[in-house]
Amino acid sequence: MLKRALAIVAILIIGYWLAQGLSQVPFGQDKMLVGKYYLEHVKEQTGAVNAVTAVVVNYRGFDTLGEVTVLFIASTGVGALLWRKKRKRTAKTKGSVVLTTGSKLLFPFIMLFGMYIFIHGHLTPGGGFPGGATIATAFLLMYMAFTIYEIPHKGFEVTEGFAGMGYVLVGLIGLAIGGYFLFDWIWQTWHLGTSNVGRLFSGGFIPVIYTIIGIKVGTELSGIIDNMLKEEVKE
Amino acid sequence: MISAYYFGAIALILIGLYAVLVKKNLLKILIGLSIMETGVNLLLISIGYVSGKSAPILSESITPSQAVDPIPQALVLTAIVIGVATTAMALSVAIILYEKYGTLNIEEVRRLRG
Repeated sequence: MLKRALAIVAILIIGYWLAQGLSQVPFGQDKMLVGKYYLEHVKEQTGAVNAVTAVVVNYRGFDTLGEVTVLFIASTGVGALLWRKKRKRTAKTKGSVVLTTGSKLLFPFIMLFGMYIFIHGHLTPGGGFPGGATIATAFLLMYMAFTIYEIPHKGFEVTEGFAGMGYVLVGLIGLAIGGYFLFDWIWQTWHLGTSNVGRLFSGGFIPVIYTIIGIKVGTELSGIIDNMLKEEVKE
Repeated sequence: MISAYYFGAIALILIGLYAVLVKKNLLKILIGLSIMETGVNLLLISIGYVSGKSAPILSESITPSQAVDPIPQALVLTAIVIGVATTAMALSVAIILYEKYGTLNIEEVRRLRG
């Protein structure tokens, strides 16, 4: 009881302090400094109309590389923590026919929609991470609907590694052509798609990188799901 | 007077902090951490909002002067993924703790007794 009261008092003090600090920050007013530059130059500098993905992949590409690394380390860490010699799915109750058939029918649609999200990252809201998460939900659906379903491990882990390497490779090609890592060579050097900004074949290397990231995130989250759903088999 | 969005974000952060401080069940602590994360993300997004303007996806009808700040949104995109990654790690640690000690009460888990 005392602990709770103390916690509430401490939290109220922290909340008052935070509110004090935030009362100096006006809500809904234009506070852009760098953001203005990004918005005004995003079309001719990157070819993307979605300013957020342009910032994430192009202007601040190192953030995304670090983010992908964090996700990869988390997936590896989950695998390492839950590693056992023999592991199996331990689901006992089978799903109903409606559930299994429905999941089978839904699976390709969810996959298609996930791919749509990450391929159109430079035009519509979304990008690699939401698209990859959508693909992972498709595999989660299969895991939940079937008691024996397992992702094809060999293909999955290899694809994940190759996707990560592909991202670094695109960056290294930029280093070779333009002089710095993650240089947008498709847009700046090849001028590919300069005439059709706002259509699918534009946006420099954003669609390429987001396709790679989408595949990587999708396989990675599916791998995490796979690791968490299996349990050790006692002999 | 503080804006409703700031208030909600601060409230979410504080609710998460309360759960982390008071709760004994490890899973409830992890839920608290996730709530805190959501609060921080909401705070970042609402700082970048410019009233009356639209999402920063440019088109014929949305010129650069009619879009909100894209930088907080890019930042939150990163923060969400990192939050998911840390939550996945923490959940697998929780699975291992349960296998090892047979309980998720942090006071009964020997090494975490404070």
